[in-house]
Parts: sequence; C-alpha cells; structure tokens
Amino acid sequence: MRIGVLALQGDFALHARALERCGAEAVEVRKPEELAGLDGLVVPGGESTTLLKLMEAWGFVPALEAFHAAGRPIFGTCAGLIVLAREVESPRQFSLGLIDVSVERNAYGRQRESFEARGEARLCGRPTPIEMVFIRAPRIRRLGPGVESLAELRGETVMARQGTVLVATFHPELTDDLAVHRHFCELVRRAAVAA
Amino acid sequence: MDTDGLRIADRKHIGLAEMLKGGVIMDVTNAEQAKIAEDAGAAAVMALERVPADIRKDGGVARMSPVRKIKEIQQAVTIPVMAKARIGHFVEAQILEALGVDYIDESEVLTPADEHFHIDKFAFRIPFVCGARDLGEALRRIGEGAAMIRTKGEAGSGNIVEAVRHMRAVVGGVRRLTTLPPEELMTEAKTLGAPIELVRWVGKAGKLPVPNFSAGGIATPADAALMMQLGAEAIFVGSGIFKSSDPARRAKAIVQATTHFKDADVLARVSEELGEAMPGIETSKLAEKDLLQTRGW
Repeated sequence: MRIGVLALQGDFALHARALERCGAEAVEVRKPEELAGLDGLVVPGGESTTLLKLMEAWGFVPALEAFHAAGRPIFGTCAGLIVLAREVESPRQFSLGLIDVSVERNAYGRQRESFEARGEARLCGRPTPIEMVFIRAPRIRRLGPGVESLAELRGETVMARQGTVLVATFHPELTDDLAVHRHFCELVRRAAVAA
Repeated sequence: MDTDGLRIADRKHIGLAEMLKGGVIMDVTNAEQAKIAEDAGAAAVMALERVPADIRKDGGVARMSPVRKIKEIQQAVTIPVMAKARIGHFVEAQILEALGVDYIDESEVLTPADEHFHIDKFAFRIPFVCGARDLGEALRRIGEGAAMIRTKGEAGSGNIVEAVRHMRAVVGGVRRLTTLPPEELMTEAKTLGAPIELVRWVGKAGKLPVPNFSAGGIATPADAALMMQLGAEAIFVGSGIFKSSDPARRAKAIVQATTHFKDADVLARVSEELGEAMPGIETSKLAEKDLLQTRGW
C-alpha cells in the first residue's frame, strides 16, 4: 500500500513516519504527476495560505479533485482540513470542497492558546482513546448531513469523515499514538479492495 | 516536555516549528511588507525594527520592534507572527508574550542586553527560536528551552558562507555524536559545553530534538535550496527580500525554491528574471567587532 504525503510545506515528514510505522509505504508528493499509483494521500498541517499558493502554482487543484473522484482516500490535518473543507472563514479563502464542513481558521487564538488534550474517537466503530495536540487550530463550525463526527472535544467535532475523506483539527502525527493513522490506512485498504 | 529525564520545550511549541518546515519565514518591518510576504507564500513573518542590513549600516542600539508595528503586522496577516527580543532581555520577551506573538527570536541581530546569560525560555507560554553556530551552542539553547534552532549565519551580509559553515558544523557535530561509544560522551559534552542528557539523546537519535532551520545571509533561491540540501528544515530570509529590487517576485521564487530544493529544473526556472539581489558583503573582511554572529555564546 503506497500512501502519498503532500510535501509542499508543513509537517509532512512526521506523517510519513507515522504511515511507515503503520506498515504503509509513504511517498512525498511535490508535483501532481507524483500522485499516479498512490492508494491514498495525506494533506499535512502547515500554513494553509502557503499550501494553497504552492498548490495553485502547480495545478494541484484539478489533480486532487480527480484523485478524490477516483475513490482514493484523503486525510487532512489542521491546515490540510482547511484546504479540503467546503467553506473557510476568518478570513474567507479558496478551498477544495471535498468534505461538507465549514471551518474557522485560528479559532482558539494564537500560539499562546495552543493546547493538548486527551479524548476518545470512534475508529472502525470502536471507542479508542487518542492524544490530541491543537496548534493554532481551526474549529469545525458546521457539519453537512453526510458527514460523520468521529471525535469531539467539549462537545465540538474535532475529527470527521465523509466517504473517503477524513479530517482532524488536531495533530495525531505529533504523538506516538498511531490509532488515527491506522484508521486512515484501513480506509485506504478498503478503498483499494473496492476498486 | 520530558524525554528520558531530559527537559525540553513543550510538544505543542516544537509542534509549531514542525508546521513551519519546508517554509520560508520572512523579516518584515511593517504591515505592508507583511502582506507582501504572506501573498508570496511565507509560512510566517518576523517583525523587527530594521532589517539586519540597515542595522549594520545605521549602527546604534537595535531593540525589539515597536509595539504598534507588531500589532499592525498581527492585524495584517493570518500566518504566524514572530518577533525578535534582545539576547537576555527577558522583559522584551514578556512584552512579546503579552502581545501574543507566536514565536520569539532571541536574536544576535539585536544588540545584546546581557553578555552572560540568555533568557530562561521555560518561563514563557510561547516558544523561542535561537541562533547557533555549532552543535554545542544549539544544545545549550535547547537546554534553556528553545523549541527551534536556526543557524546564525551572518545577518544582513547577503553572503551565504557563514550559514553554510554553521549548518555544516551542527549537522557534522550530530553525525559525530552518533559514532561515539558511551564512555566518550561525557568528555564530548564537556568539550561542547552542552548538557550530557542532550548529548546522549542526540547520539542515539542522530538528530536534534527540535527542528533545525537556517538563517543569516540567504539572498537568492539558490541560497535557500543550498541550505535545504545541507540539512536545513526551513529558511529564514532577512534583508534578502526587502533589500532586493523586486521583493514580491524574489519572495515567491525563494518559497518555490525551498519546496522544490532538490529539483534543479525548478530552481533554474524560478531564478530567472529576479532583478537585482541585495548587495553582499565579504564577511572575511568584516572586523571582529562588526560580526553579529559572535553575540551570545
């Protein structure tokens, strides 16, 4: 199983390490043609404005739309979620719209307000304890009807899935806890079997 | 964060440095420059009173950026805003914390406030980046709580030679530690002037426990890619952008070069028609007293 990590900017190396520890082959992706032959893709944390500029410069927007349309799973964390969302606020900016959620950027505040928390996610139907690191994190302000909430913090969704698109407002790749990456690898495996 | 009895910066603070990897952090002195930087794809901006080339030219005491300027810059952009404090000036750092800047650079570019002691970075709720010329200096700063290290280079020189020297020293120092048997580590810690726990950790892990970025003399896309190929994980550009003839274009080119640092075709393309780079200085001709990198220890 080969899973790409969008390596334009951000913590792509940590995602690649987590995927490898789950037994997948991780491939850094810097150009759209490098998506060929991949079974899934992680859009990492980083700065969403930087990611969007680099994506637009290289024609990643149609390439990711096609990757999604072909049924290949995509996992976005933090900035990755912002890039994949239907709508983005504060400020409004372009996004791919591959998952029906509205997201508010930097919604907890600045770095001084970044924090860690423990919680529980429903992964493959089972309650699973998870470690969560929130860094200048966004908040999901609206969930569309087709979107399933997989984890909450203080009553707010922090991890969600719609079809083959998985998103989290926090950073599982900053911890040694592989539960969320294992879940994504399982999504990728099932999608590959279905295809 | 506690790793094997070793105290280093919080995971969320090292985490923000992780998010900046593969990116470019640009020096700006006002809101207008900050907007140009963000539009060019900067991963963060660094607020300071004057860019290093001007500090070098004008002389005088270089201090933390004026509070109003920092607030204007915070209003103007959504990317992280960093700001510089003088070495050892923990009250400038307290003010920057109160303003909610996202990272403090305890920087040799400003005039040092303390010739003996750096800031106790564990005492703050926001992270610090510090400059280093070699592995020992990097580990001393990490031991004080720095969540990110950058090479010092020679700021405001437009000359990459010092950044290269410092990056090779850090990366080479790390490589050397991985080859030493356990009984040699204490003597090595003494030679480096670094905490033994950190020396052991680096010897085992083969890397620093915090991200390692590059700064000080980067003026062209090729300079940025050179530092990335030498092992830098992201790039700081100071005077190199706003002292060039076409800042927006050069900023965009350096962003592309930092992402595609191993792709010579991309580097050739983005290096075309950039206008004039900032004028450079032959650093070996600078008098010892004019060097910024020797500030701090």
